[in-house]
Amino acid sequence: MKHDDKHISSYESLVIVLAILLALTTISVLITGFHLGPLTVAVALLIASVKVAIVLTQFMHLKFENRFLRLAVSGVFLLFALVVIITFIDYFFR
Amino acid sequence: MTLHQTHTEHLDSETGKLGMWIFLFTELFLFGGLFLVYSIFRAKYSAEFHVAAAELNAFIGTMNTVFLLVSSMTVAMALTAIQKGERKLALFLLLTTILLAGLFMLNKYFEWSHKFEYGIYPGSPVLKNMSHGELLFFGLYYMMTGLHAFHVMIGMVLLSINVVKVKAGTVNSTRFLMLENSALYWHLVDLIWIFLFPLLYLIT
Repeated sequence: MKHDDKHISSYESLVIVLAILLALTTISVLITGFHLGPLTVAVALLIASVKVAIVLTQFMHLKFENRFLRLAVSGVFLLFALVVIITFIDYFFR
Repeated sequence: MTLHQTHTEHLDSETGKLGMWIFLFTELFLFGGLFLVYSIFRAKYSAEFHVAAAELNAFIGTMNTVFLLVSSMTVAMALTAIQKGERKLALFLLLTTILLAGLFMLNKYFEWSHKFEYGIYPGSPVLKNMSHGELLFFGLYYMMTGLHAFHVMIGMVLLSINVVKVKAGTVNSTRFLMLENSALYWHLVDLIWIFLFPLLYLIT
């Protein structure tokens, strides 16, 4: 049993994480009202990515997991990004 | 001669968690495939996608985002509570999470039935008269939010099982892998929605 090194997220930190996520949601809702054209999508996706990173590291506790798991998760997201990029290259230059 | 075999129950929570993550990877690619189809068609029919997305209710979408974000926090707190041995609090937080999930589904019900009233549902005559791009948008909208809502329902079942197990004491401060993995699943549901929300509701 190795319970000594187990990290437990504090209630306070979870509330702070939620507050940040809600603030980012507000920003992304407000920003669509500005009609930035193609930039809107880029900004919306950027904010979504930041939110996802926060959920992964804080709520899903990855920040405190071992290096193998962190690398595996990053690897899978990288793989997905590659799939998207390669598909778009195929779509635009076919 | 008699052989005595003893079975000591062994719980390797690190491996159990890794297994859950590997399952979540497959889930990511399940939705990822849909996101990819969406991206390509959006690039191809951007004008039609904008017209179609204007039909969606951004307010309901925002409300559902808030429900899921808060529920993600409450389930993370439930895990903290069980790890600290605060059983009553864990139960309360789990039930709050299920309630928020229920509110999400209720919203989805109103959202979808409102669309159905206008004749916008897969295979409807109204949809058939729309442009190809709009048809694709609504097809993807129903597929993606539908598959997501299905995951929300599975999450509700998982969380309910946890409520029973916490009550029975089989999920406790020394054994909480079940709750930990269910929480991971619930966060994934939240994570998918974080991408769905701006892509479907906020592109007008």
